[in-house]
Amino acid sequence: MRAARPLGGRVVSRTFLAALVIVLVALYFLAKRFMFGLGAVTNLNDGYPWGLWIAYDVVTGTAIGCGGYSMALLVYVFNKGRYHPLVRPAVMTSMFGYTLAGVAVFFDIGRYWHIYNLFLPWYANPDSVLLEVALCIALYSLVLWIEFAPTFLAHWHASRWRTRLDRAMFVFIALGILLPTMHQSSLGTMMIAAGQKLSPLWQTAWLPLLFLMTAVIMGYAAVVFESTLLANRYGLPGENRILGKLSGGVVWLVAGYLVVRFADVILRGQLGLAFKGDLAANMFWIENALFLLPLVMLAGKSGRGRPRVLFLAAASLLLAGGVYRFDCYLIGFNPGNGWHYFPAVPEIVITLGLISVELMAYLWFVKRLPVYREA
Amino acid sequence: MCCPVRAQQPRGGDMDVQKNCMPDRQKLTGVSRRDFIKFCGVMAVGMGLPVGMGPRIAAAATAPQRPPVIWIHGQECTGCSESLLRTSHPTLERLILDLISLDYHETLEAGAGRQAEAAFDQAVKKSAGRFILVVEGSAPVKDGGIYCKIAGKPFVDIVTETAAKAAAIIAIGSCASWGGVQSSAPNPTGATGIPEVLKGKTVVTIPGCPPNPYNFLSTVLYFLTFKKLPDLDDLGRPKFAYGRLIHENCMRRPHFDAGRFAEQFGDEGHRKGYCLYKLGCKGPMTYANCPVILFNDVGSGAWPVGTGHPCFGCTEEGVGFTIPQFTEADVEIVTPAAAHAPITVEKGRGMSKGSAALLGGLAGAAIGAGVMVTKQLGKAESADEKEE
Repeated sequence: MRAARPLGGRVVSRTFLAALVIVLVALYFLAKRFMFGLGAVTNLNDGYPWGLWIAYDVVTGTAIGCGGYSMALLVYVFNKGRYHPLVRPAVMTSMFGYTLAGVAVFFDIGRYWHIYNLFLPWYANPDSVLLEVALCIALYSLVLWIEFAPTFLAHWHASRWRTRLDRAMFVFIALGILLPTMHQSSLGTMMIAAGQKLSPLWQTAWLPLLFLMTAVIMGYAAVVFESTLLANRYGLPGENRILGKLSGGVVWLVAGYLVVRFADVILRGQLGLAFKGDLAANMFWIENALFLLPLVMLAGKSGRGRPRVLFLAAASLLLAGGVYRFDCYLIGFNPGNGWHYFPAVPEIVITLGLISVELMAYLWFVKRLPVYREA
Repeated sequence: MCCPVRAQQPRGGDMDVQKNCMPDRQKLTGVSRRDFIKFCGVMAVGMGLPVGMGPRIAAAATAPQRPPVIWIHGQECTGCSESLLRTSHPTLERLILDLISLDYHETLEAGAGRQAEAAFDQAVKKSAGRFILVVEGSAPVKDGGIYCKIAGKPFVDIVTETAAKAAAIIAIGSCASWGGVQSSAPNPTGATGIPEVLKGKTVVTIPGCPPNPYNFLSTVLYFLTFKKLPDLDDLGRPKFAYGRLIHENCMRRPHFDAGRFAEQFGDEGHRKGYCLYKLGCKGPMTYANCPVILFNDVGSGAWPVGTGHPCFGCTEEGVGFTIPQFTEADVEIVTPAAAHAPITVEKGRGMSKGSAALLGGLAGAAIGAGVMVTKQLGKAESADEKEE
């Protein structure tokens, strides 16, 4: 087996600088947010206290960051050792996704200086879904950093620590599977709590299952997307064979998801809403078409062998899961009383800033740390 | 506030006279000064005047020279007089003893025959050019007006002759206003409304069968106070009373807008107080203030629609006594005149040009990048194939 090595090359590339500019603009708006409050930079209101930052940064971002979870599930639970080379990059993306989600929550919470109370058990409300999500995400971020730690330790040549960590690693791997299972499904549970505010096209008692399934799908899609992209960009050998095999499994997962999704809507007698021709109905079809398209693309074995098909299918799945999350959290959500919401420019820029930070960190990590295996 | 009349006293000497007469006259009816001023304020508001007009109305109504009113009857049922008899603010005795000098009224006078005729002649002679002529009932004009005669004289002639000497003419009731029930086809007597008989003269009409007595009283008091007639529409109706459709102020209007109708008398919708439109209510084509001021001071619901009977359009020529009771009305104003007050208020900010442009740009960039990557991957694929 080929060992993982840093890709090398200049970290401060043009992409890196472009990302840096966005981060600086975002920092300006963030300063405004912390000086003048949420109203100064966001369109958040009493009807929509959760906006872009929750829908994208937290709910979608962590789902894209489920690569680590999905791969761990595959490698450690289903014992498919051949996928192991994909684990480390996946864990790294997850680490970024989750850490930045935690940071985004900090921006989003109006009275952020109270955030430490979350971790004081005597203030905890054990019946709260939100508490579960918050604690799980916080803990899982930590677990991800520990899971990724061997890469740092290898970089620093701290082999003694590495052996010690390896001995305890199984605990963190187990936690790394337990925690996302809990909070990714809880992200769905949170919208059950929204009750009738959420359109019946999405509101169902099965939301936790649907969120969990889409999170796993998006996790795999993120791994495929990233690997094909990186292989193309840096001329890596590509993991096409492994990715193709992986996609074969994803097909079944997506098919299963669509069966549950449509069975749920039909059995609840709400399919009629999908033909109303309004925004919700259109989004419903767009969302499911984005799931169905990759299913068709990846159904044949020949398609699964081609990086282009893999890339497009993965992109479509990521988009599908993202649209599903936006539908549940914003588009299908109507708090009534005339409230409406669309993210403000500074709000979007701050989210872009977070993505840019992720990109910059990613570039630094893959170029300086042994994440990918080289030809 | 307790004595607005006194507050005006320094203005003129005639107020002293008034100060002296008022207590005496009020003793007649046992109405306190306070109640009287209140009444005048209410009348002012009823005419759409500021409450502050109350004292001026009071001053006019208590002037020692009460305006003479001569009330004559033609083809009618006396329903207008009957409804006037039942007013409670003011009561009839207050009206004719305190507010106006009702010099002649055929229903209310004690005299009869030649005695009554003499009283009429004397009243007209005495206050020629000053009196208010109130006509109740239509005048038949067919065959020289022989179908309604008083003291051997056609009513139409009495009206024309008396009107020539009057300061103002009020046609009370639908009959006097436009002919009323007897003018409906085939109209054998040629029953005609007073404005038609007195063409060229201004005739205030107070249509209704019977009309609301307060619309009449308000008109009289307005004339006394301002020495002119209130704003009239083209049918001679005071705008303060006949300016709006019944439909516009109807208490059942929300049911109309929501499409909840009584389909027949006694059905569920009728019992629940739904809109009476489908039972032939003429509210949508009848101008009157019935739903606003109601009748007889007995509280809410005291008007035809309020008691569950569709309006039959008594104040409206060509509607009342003309369009069959159960024929559905033409709705002139289908949607409410003003926009509905929204139940919800738009809150929060929507998409801005900036955010739309930013997101559009991002989507474009993402799609562009996606296409580029796909192209490159495609090239790589074909290169691989060649190698193989």
